[in-house]
Amino acid sequence: MKLSVFGLLAMPAILPAQVTPDMSTRLAAVEAAAKSAQSAGDNAWMLVSSALVLMMTGPGLALFYGGLVRRKNVLSTMMQSFVLMAVVTVVWALVGYSLAFGGSGPVIGDLHFAFLANVGGAPNADYAATIPQQTFMVYQLMFAIITPALISGAFAERMKFSAMLLFTVLWSLIVYFPMAHMVWGKGGVLNAFSGGKIPCFDFAGGTVVHITSGVSALVCALYLGKRLGYPQMAMKPHNMTLSFVGACLLWVGWFGFNAGSALAASSLATSAFVATHFGAAAAALGWLVAEWIHNGKPSVLGGISGAVAGLVAITPASGFVQPFPALLIGLCAGILCYLMVVKAKAMFGYDDSLDAFGVHGCGGTLGALLTGVFATSLVNDGLKDAAGKVQPLGMVDGHAGQVLNQAIGCLISWVLAIVGTLIILKICDLTLGVRVNKEEEIQGLDLSQHGEEGYILEA
Amino acid sequence: MKKIEAIIQPFKLDEVKEALKGIGIDGMTITEVRGHGRQKGHKEIYRGQEYNVDLLPKVKLEMVIPSNRYEEVLKTVTAAARSGKIGDGKIFVYDVAEAVRIRNDDRGETAL
Repeated sequence: MKLSVFGLLAMPAILPAQVTPDMSTRLAAVEAAAKSAQSAGDNAWMLVSSALVLMMTGPGLALFYGGLVRRKNVLSTMMQSFVLMAVVTVVWALVGYSLAFGGSGPVIGDLHFAFLANVGGAPNADYAATIPQQTFMVYQLMFAIITPALISGAFAERMKFSAMLLFTVLWSLIVYFPMAHMVWGKGGVLNAFSGGKIPCFDFAGGTVVHITSGVSALVCALYLGKRLGYPQMAMKPHNMTLSFVGACLLWVGWFGFNAGSALAASSLATSAFVATHFGAAAAALGWLVAEWIHNGKPSVLGGISGAVAGLVAITPASGFVQPFPALLIGLCAGILCYLMVVKAKAMFGYDDSLDAFGVHGCGGTLGALLTGVFATSLVNDGLKDAAGKVQPLGMVDGHAGQVLNQAIGCLISWVLAIVGTLIILKICDLTLGVRVNKEEEIQGLDLSQHGEEGYILEA
Repeated sequence: MKKIEAIIQPFKLDEVKEALKGIGIDGMTITEVRGHGRQKGHKEIYRGQEYNVDLLPKVKLEMVIPSNRYEEVLKTVTAAARSGKIGDGKIFVYDVAEAVRIRNDDRGETAL
């Protein structure tokens, strides 16, 4: 599409003598038509991508997490994902979008777009020149929704609903919006494509989404403490089929998450799509094989957990790496996350109920670091010097220093997540109390927090 | 009158029901239960966390029959419920003092 547009535009430059006033009007019309056609294509893909990313939270994550908890907590766990679709949306409209993408500060945006002022059908050329800014805004909103939803895997089955709401609003303000601005916002200190001092590559949210949520999840798990009876009491997943469907929806939705991050229906989107799929596939196999060797049986939960781990790890790399490095990143993620979830968690004895840290924190960090190794300008030629020359990206391009940049990016993300989450938990604890009481926890959060049950079999 | 309480493998329920029908025993009550005898149960692993499942799903079949038929019923149930493997279940027999048909006050074996 782009090539043919340029072809049309290039013609008058070669034949200036023949351009008459009448012809230049017609050329302008052709130019406008071509622009509108590209905008239509890009916008269509971005709207679909936005819907796909929302689908990852509800029903994707809600089913995935909902199936893994005990029967008495299925609704409360699903609700922790679902309610964010409402809460974060409102916060985003008020100030969130503006704090993440308004202005050009190094750490956080400004209030330029507060209450969605000036966010309409016209594109914002700082981010995506071919789609309405409203599309960009709503697409980014879906990321802001799923990120805190991922954390809920760590405090599932024991956090108060009221505290969880307050936690999420504060967490979005203190951790997510600044991190999104630093990595993706104009002038952000980690934004490689906007002159950031520490140029990091994070295509779709390894640092912004998965490290922040995964590390915050670990902090939550440690702060809240173990579920009553953990690990002596059996806490088997109550419905693996729900989790299976949820994980498969996550896999599909992730195409919107990663390929959509190209912000256009471009060949870069295709490349990210392919890398995403390959990463997930290799990681599913990696986890399965590791488990098969270690436990003697390849489990369904292992397969789907591995796929999610691979999707996490390929997220920062998806718009920068070729298919075979994507397979390799996925394979590493599948094996590493398996070891984290099965070995490290048991060794340290923390109760990250649904392994939000083991999968998102570890997978995200691994993916962010490996992006520094495998990122190549053959895939993404977006980084140019002042003269317009395409710059090398990662170690495979001969720029080994990028791994260090990525590590600093990870470190900033870890520190922000740890400090921010601790402060927020303390605030929630002092005002509302973060954990349900013992009776409520034994009764189950469905009844104690929401007054209903997931399964009413005698009805 | 005798009460027969048979705890059997769930997948054997249909065979047992058919066999009892074959000898003219129609009334029975079925409950889904969990339990174990000498059978050890099995191990499940979810993300590395091991769970020993020793209470396994079983079906409890209860029926009250005339005393003179109970050997025949025992043989029928045993034959139909047997797979020959550990975990096939057990049968317990009790004496029953009285039976009442609620609809019309029939008593004793006529109520069965």
